[in-house]
Amino acid sequence: MSTSAHAAFRRLFHEIGTVDAVGVEERVAKFATRSIKKKSKLFGLKLAVTMVDLTTLEGKDTPGKVASLCQKAIAPHEGIDVPSTAAVCVYPAMVKHAKKHVAGTSVRVASVATAFPSGQAPLKTRLAEVRSAVADGADEIDMVINRGAFLSGEFSLVQDEIRQVVEACGSSTLKVILETSELETYDNIRAASFLAMQVLRPNDFIKTSTGKTSANATLGNNQVMLEAIRDFYFETGIPIAMKPAGGIRTAKQALQFLIAVKETLGDEWLNNQRYRFGASTLLNDLLRQIEKERSGNYQAPYYFSEAAESY
Amino acid sequence: MAAKTHKRQNSRATARPSVAQPRKSSRELIFGDLWEFDPAPETADPKLKPRYDLFINGEFTAPKSGKYFPTINPATEQKIADIALASPADVDTAYQAAQRAFDSVWGKMPGRERGKYIYRIARLLQDHAREFAIAETMNGGKPIKESRDFDVPMAAAHFFYHAGWADKLEYVAPGRSVKPLGVVGQVIPWNFPLLMMAWKIAPALAMGNCVVIKPAETTSITALKFGEILQEAGLPPGVVNIVSGAGETGAAVMNHPLAAKVAFTGSTEVGKIIMRSLAGTDKKMTMELGGKAANIVFDDAPLDQAVEGIVNGIFFNQGHVCCAGSRLLVQEGVAEAVLAKLKNRIKVLRVGDPLDKNTDVGAINSKEQLGKIRELVDSGVKEGAELYQSPCRLPAKGFFFKPSVFSNVTMSHRIAREEIFGPVLSVLTFRTVDEAIEKANNTPYGLSAGVWTDKGSRILKMSVELKAGVVWANTYNKFDPTSPFGGYKESGFGREGGRQGLLDYGKLI
Repeated sequence: MSTSAHAAFRRLFHEIGTVDAVGVEERVAKFATRSIKKKSKLFGLKLAVTMVDLTTLEGKDTPGKVASLCQKAIAPHEGIDVPSTAAVCVYPAMVKHAKKHVAGTSVRVASVATAFPSGQAPLKTRLAEVRSAVADGADEIDMVINRGAFLSGEFSLVQDEIRQVVEACGSSTLKVILETSELETYDNIRAASFLAMQVLRPNDFIKTSTGKTSANATLGNNQVMLEAIRDFYFETGIPIAMKPAGGIRTAKQALQFLIAVKETLGDEWLNNQRYRFGASTLLNDLLRQIEKERSGNYQAPYYFSEAAESY
Repeated sequence: MAAKTHKRQNSRATARPSVAQPRKSSRELIFGDLWEFDPAPETADPKLKPRYDLFINGEFTAPKSGKYFPTINPATEQKIADIALASPADVDTAYQAAQRAFDSVWGKMPGRERGKYIYRIARLLQDHAREFAIAETMNGGKPIKESRDFDVPMAAAHFFYHAGWADKLEYVAPGRSVKPLGVVGQVIPWNFPLLMMAWKIAPALAMGNCVVIKPAETTSITALKFGEILQEAGLPPGVVNIVSGAGETGAAVMNHPLAAKVAFTGSTEVGKIIMRSLAGTDKKMTMELGGKAANIVFDDAPLDQAVEGIVNGIFFNQGHVCCAGSRLLVQEGVAEAVLAKLKNRIKVLRVGDPLDKNTDVGAINSKEQLGKIRELVDSGVKEGAELYQSPCRLPAKGFFFKPSVFSNVTMSHRIAREEIFGPVLSVLTFRTVDEAIEKANNTPYGLSAGVWTDKGSRILKMSVELKAGVVWANTYNKFDPTSPFGGYKESGFGREGGRQGLLDYGKLI
């Protein structure tokens, strides 16, 4: 790290404070000991369903695949009373197909953009991608930050780029992916959260990861970001929303993340304007648990549509 | 959770986000009942008996006087069982049995054989962990998650650790050899009934001593249940004797002529009485007494984790912890921020039924203790400190006290000087490192302290300057059987745990 990068980090840490990794992990371990039963479990599960950004981000995505994803998002399971998911999350080329299928429902269309997942394209190209996704009807844009610039201490560059994406978004909601696994430390995650929040609008999101690297959302990095959101809110009054993405596969995990929200940011963040899960397999596990609460029995995975696993 | 709130949730969940949210005048977070947790009580059977006798010479024995006293659940004020009241005559019988066991069996037994018994005790405690955790919570009022995740596993860990020492005593003091003392008399407090018992019994047994131990009057059940474990382990009769009772029984245990050593954990006040009564005898003593620990937060500390440590330091076990971080010393520049974060954190502490798995703060151990806490809190208010209490609702029955924080406290306030032994934190501020040290040490106690800073060299300096037996850095209330624990000044002397604790149960030859 060059001297100036070092100085930039020192200044930023001094301004926003640091994080003790051992302490964070102890704190989040307590969320995992909460015992959520009966009605409160059902409430949590349904709430989690409403927060899912049902995602498909594969090279092999087709309009057909996106159509069935949209159908799943609108009506996740027949026979039981479950809400729609918050959104579907797709690549820019799929936005117009998705938009067609969700028309007239509450399901929003989110598109990753800005040369997702690496962000390694010229800014002009990244902005053009955002504008085209918005023009195709994307309600939400999931961008990646310039991790290279961040790690070399060029914080104003990171913020300028986010600011330009905000502009390109128009009235669409923006989610800023920090890609926590590439930032490595909790100190950096907190720092990047602040850099992003300082140029975001109320209810824009910060998001943990792309799901395309080795490590994704954890209770630890979720907690560091929730605490950053809380501190920023106290400082400015601007509420920023949060989206952990990748790695949350089970209903049990989702409930633990929601407990973290409940105990860190409180009731006003327990809705899908302020909190989302970026996930695909999570939805069916949530449905399976909801069905279990209703009937008392676990159904085989193949009773749920779009199940990835089978016997 | 009302249906109404659910509906409100759904309508909001499907609404589109508005770009410009109206700014609220106050930036308050709402920790309300949108997602209330259903009760999650621990329901396993703690296998309690309606009446507990004394455990003397390997048998449960009725007290000679025939007297019993009731023990209650402090969370419900309902009676759980009758506990035998040991008279001085019963204590004498226990000492005779212990001396016989020491002379005939335990004192002569090779360490590797003693170790087997202690390992067996540790394993049996693990086997019965759930029962013990529930019994501990019912009798003492602590949250089930603490008895389940801390008290019982840590008690077993102490037996495991000391079992390992039993056949390695020739290495405990290089160049010297050690011998057991004989019979030791021990009196333990009510805040960690089973764990304190493990801290006392495990090193005594590993070294080859026999034991007469008295549990606290309000929390005798797990101690006497432990007698059942000793029977199951086949420990030779008389090696450990458990005599329940109140102050008179305790005095008999401490003053018995056969006691080669006495070990006491409890208040400084009672510790002083014991020391006076034993002056002039050749009994060895270790005392683990009160505390008024300083938890010191510097302006470069990771604040959220410091707040977590502050909460853990003072609200763990309802603050019934001799090493509780009851004085928060916070550097002026971050005092406001720390206090704001602390208040938010306290809002989400769940206070209530100790048997509920989600309870963070349980019941105060006794009516008497609740009265003492109230009196000291009243004095804090009268002396002009500013009181903040959790907005939680307390159960109608049982002994409960809201998590409380006093700010604007000065060193001359009673709440800054006296041990409250409850969920009450006093917040003081400082400007420089030297002032922090001065304030931290300005107390008759010296059991523990906490330091929160990102600066490593400052941690090392503080650990030297603070007159406290334990100094935690960027954490609080961490315990381990390998780590010696004990006090400076009026917090006592002698150590428990580790090699040092073991040596307090032997004589060097």
